[in-house]
Amino acid sequence: MNVALVEYGAGNLPSVERALARLGVESRRASTPEALAGCDALILPGVGHFGALMRSLGERSLVNPLRDAVSRGTPLLGICLGLQAMFASSDEAPGDAGLALFPQKVSALPPADRLPHMGWNQLRRARPSKLLEGVSQDAYFYFAHSYAALDAGEAGVAYCDHCVPFVAVLEKGNVCATQFHPEKSGPAGAQILSNFVRRAGGKG
Amino acid sequence: MSLAHRIIPCLDTDGERVVKGVNFVNLRDAGDPAALAARYNIEGADELVVLDIAASRDHRPTFLETIRRVAAELAIPLTAGGGVANVDEGRAILRAGADKLTVNTAAIRNPPLLTALAAEFGSQAVVLAIDAKRVGDRWEAFVRGGSVPTGIDAVAWARQGADCGAGEILITSMDKDGTRSGFDCPLTAAISRAVSVPVIASGGADTPETFLEVFREGCADAALAASIFHDSIQGLGALKRYLGEQGVSVRQTG
Repeated sequence: MNVALVEYGAGNLPSVERALARLGVESRRASTPEALAGCDALILPGVGHFGALMRSLGERSLVNPLRDAVSRGTPLLGICLGLQAMFASSDEAPGDAGLALFPQKVSALPPADRLPHMGWNQLRRARPSKLLEGVSQDAYFYFAHSYAALDAGEAGVAYCDHCVPFVAVLEKGNVCATQFHPEKSGPAGAQILSNFVRRAGGKG
Repeated sequence: MSLAHRIIPCLDTDGERVVKGVNFVNLRDAGDPAALAARYNIEGADELVVLDIAASRDHRPTFLETIRRVAAELAIPLTAGGGVANVDEGRAILRAGADKLTVNTAAIRNPPLLTALAAEFGSQAVVLAIDAKRVGDRWEAFVRGGSVPTGIDAVAWARQGADCGAGEILITSMDKDGTRSGFDCPLTAAISRAVSVPVIASGGADTPETFLEVFREGCADAALAASIFHDSIQGLGALKRYLGEQGVSVRQTG
């Protein structure tokens, strides 16, 4: 199967590559519209600033090809900032439009507790999840962020709390995403990547 | 459900090999960083820190290769640093496979460096490391591997550093470092009260009780240790089981 990581300068792309390699999954990097069009599954890694990510996708003319790939039914997994980019907008960069696969916006986490929300936390499951199949209910995942989607409607399948509940896992049709870093989350994270690849390959 | 307290093994390297010593003198070889990283990854470390304590320009390519080798072994976050003086050096460390970088001396001399690093890589990737020593009724920040006093109050500097863009503070007690007499809880608590970013306590780790103290009394979000893990004086699994039994939220593994 042809798994492509969207390459736009995200710092965690090599980590995701290594995590996939440990699962025996070969991936390639896709940095052009043509490369996005010819793959079976896409992963949008992300770390850093919402505005910088969207501008970087824009400079590479990848915004519409990504949306087109989703429309065609290509499985897409967003990671951390890659989840946030799927929303219409973010408090972090009010002038920059997101991919708008989901109509809600990304909000700043309230400053009532330590920020960034950094470290290992657990999930509260709201709906059946394909990504979380086989993952223990009390598993911990690694988060590092100060912004989050507080609402994703029916797509929000698991939440985490840091002063407020926020979307930790979202799934809708062929689109799914995690606010945490599965590539940094030990065996539980590896299970999530494995679930994504297996289902994208139609074997799940 | 709450954020787990992190246990972080630290690999002090001369760029290539893990070294040990008290106050950066009498260094002796303590192993291959990639081999230790692989062990801690399996044993349940929540994160790993790799420092280049030599931090000489000549050795930088060697250290970047060490980061690559260590990162290849990890399914947990990696923080790396030592002598980072500008954005380009920070980028090289992150490109080599680190998720976060530490800055120390260069940030004290030039606090806007923190702002520049945070703008480039995000605050979550910028860890301000502070080496502090008790002087009179306060703690003073030292630089260049703890060899040069700055006259700067460590607590005030932590606050300023967080305001400038650091997303985490790594506070090392020079009084406690290498003593195995427990973390400096008053120092850690003072830093923790002063900032709203996560605080990693370092220096003085010994028994599981010392970790409990620094989480409870020092209000640390994470605790870092080196030799007790390298020398297998303390196992990560047993430490986390103890903390869990004491009611501290930790990520249990296996």
